[in-house]
Amino acid sequence: MTTKPLLEVEDLRVRFHLRTGTVEAVRGVSFTLGRERLGIVGESGSGKSQTGRAILGLTPPPGEVIAKKLTFDGIDLLTASKRTLRTLRGGRISMVMQDPKYSLNPVMTIGEQIIEAYQAHTRSGRAEARDKALAMLEAVKMRDPARVFSLYPHEVSGGMGQRAMIAMMLVTDPDLLIADEPTSALDVTVSMEILRILDELVAERGMGLIFISHDLKLVSSFCDRVLVMYAGRVVEELEAKNLREAKHPYTQGLMRCLPTLANDVRPLPTLSRDPAWAQ
Amino acid sequence: MLDIQNLRVTYGTGRLQVDAVKDVSFHVGTGEAFGLVGESGSGKSTVLRAICGLAPISGGRVLVDGREVPTPRDKAFYRTVQMVFQDPYASLHPRHTVDRTLSEPLAIHGEKDAETRIAQALREVGLGPSFRFRYPHQLSGGQRQRVAIARALLLRPKVLLLDEPTSALDASVQAEILNLLDELRRNLGLTYILVSHDLAVVAHLCDRLLVMRHGETVEETTAAALRTNQAASDYTRSLINASQGFSRDAARPESALTR
Repeated sequence: MTTKPLLEVEDLRVRFHLRTGTVEAVRGVSFTLGRERLGIVGESGSGKSQTGRAILGLTPPPGEVIAKKLTFDGIDLLTASKRTLRTLRGGRISMVMQDPKYSLNPVMTIGEQIIEAYQAHTRSGRAEARDKALAMLEAVKMRDPARVFSLYPHEVSGGMGQRAMIAMMLVTDPDLLIADEPTSALDVTVSMEILRILDELVAERGMGLIFISHDLKLVSSFCDRVLVMYAGRVVEELEAKNLREAKHPYTQGLMRCLPTLANDVRPLPTLSRDPAWAQ
Repeated sequence: MLDIQNLRVTYGTGRLQVDAVKDVSFHVGTGEAFGLVGESGSGKSTVLRAICGLAPISGGRVLVDGREVPTPRDKAFYRTVQMVFQDPYASLHPRHTVDRTLSEPLAIHGEKDAETRIAQALREVGLGPSFRFRYPHQLSGGQRQRVAIARALLLRPKVLLLDEPTSALDASVQAEILNLLDELRRNLGLTYILVSHDLAVVAHLCDRLLVMRHGETVEETTAAALRTNQAASDYTRSLINASQGFSRDAARPESALTR
């Protein structure tokens, strides 16, 4: 294990200059990541997805990314050339998006897409890329990799599509995987299966993982460390297993407002938002 | 109040025939809240849609208040049964104000006194009069869902069909809407059928529920049985486990096979 962190983020800000004024979606987020599983939790509009996108340089056009420090394995992501970024993106850092229906190419077979991802980052022949793609489809537990290889995204179920996407993202053996709500479009039982596969692959390859989700319970059961975001800021950082001892009222409120099977609370405690949380 | 007997819903014919709902029966008493749980494609939403006439009934009977419902549904039916849809971003007309959205059911049914009834409906769902002339894009997801509930309540129905009313909302907003639904049922003596994939939500709101899979009934059980983990079928137990969050221990037996 290297002592140097994989990713260092210090005072990250993402701003959108709009006609109606400047909106700051992420306001001074700092964290470091080693080869571990980090969860980022927050509700809609908390800036969790924009944080993930900013790391990859995927902030959409009117947006501006400012940070004191944003380095990946010693490479400054803010000053890196587009060329360097292209080799990093999909090669050493990759991202699994929320909905396979929208993020896979509808007019290319799944196999072709995985080959394309592989060949974009390695000098390899067609046969080698094909073998690699099939091996990857098997690694994500596709029942019949050869058949899935030649299917189009609309011919597979959501769970299979998401596994295909994970296969595509991991085929280049990245050091860091960013998963942005990878299971929220899927059924509970399917999403458990996806998480199990993701968990195994991440552990096997010793990758760093950033898991972005709105589901506090899911994140805490899956990750080692959790950042809780509110209005563009990290309000609390804690070890996943100590979630019950969360100090911040927002984290506590988020935990309490979920109905659970174990105890029947009625009415459910609702979250009263304190403007001071957003500062 | 509501009796579903051997309901079947079939789409297409011949080779393309899909049996979305196969032989589902249940009974919901007046003032009761009944849950339908299952994964996508289990036919749970189709049952709701068949009840209110949005999906064709291919077999079986739907009885409301002991009378079989006519096809197409008449006005009297919609005075008794109303539906709230999943996505408040899609179910409100984007170019109609809240006021116009709410006055439509009243106009259709020739109700008078629209002014006071709209104001009252907004009050019931916890929105002030200031929301009345806003457009949906000026509202948050939770406020939109409140408007959708207000619209459903305007005609004073006895039965509310709720199709995943909180799954598009944040956790804290979900809690507010669940509390509102709980309170409305108590105050207005409503009967609910709630469709959801979230066992905890169903157990919170309903006393009895039906677990569905592939268009068929897996089992009928109670919220109390879910809480004490006394589900009869393996499938329901696996749903309960999945809803408890990710667990590495559960992963072990399966991964041992592949290694």
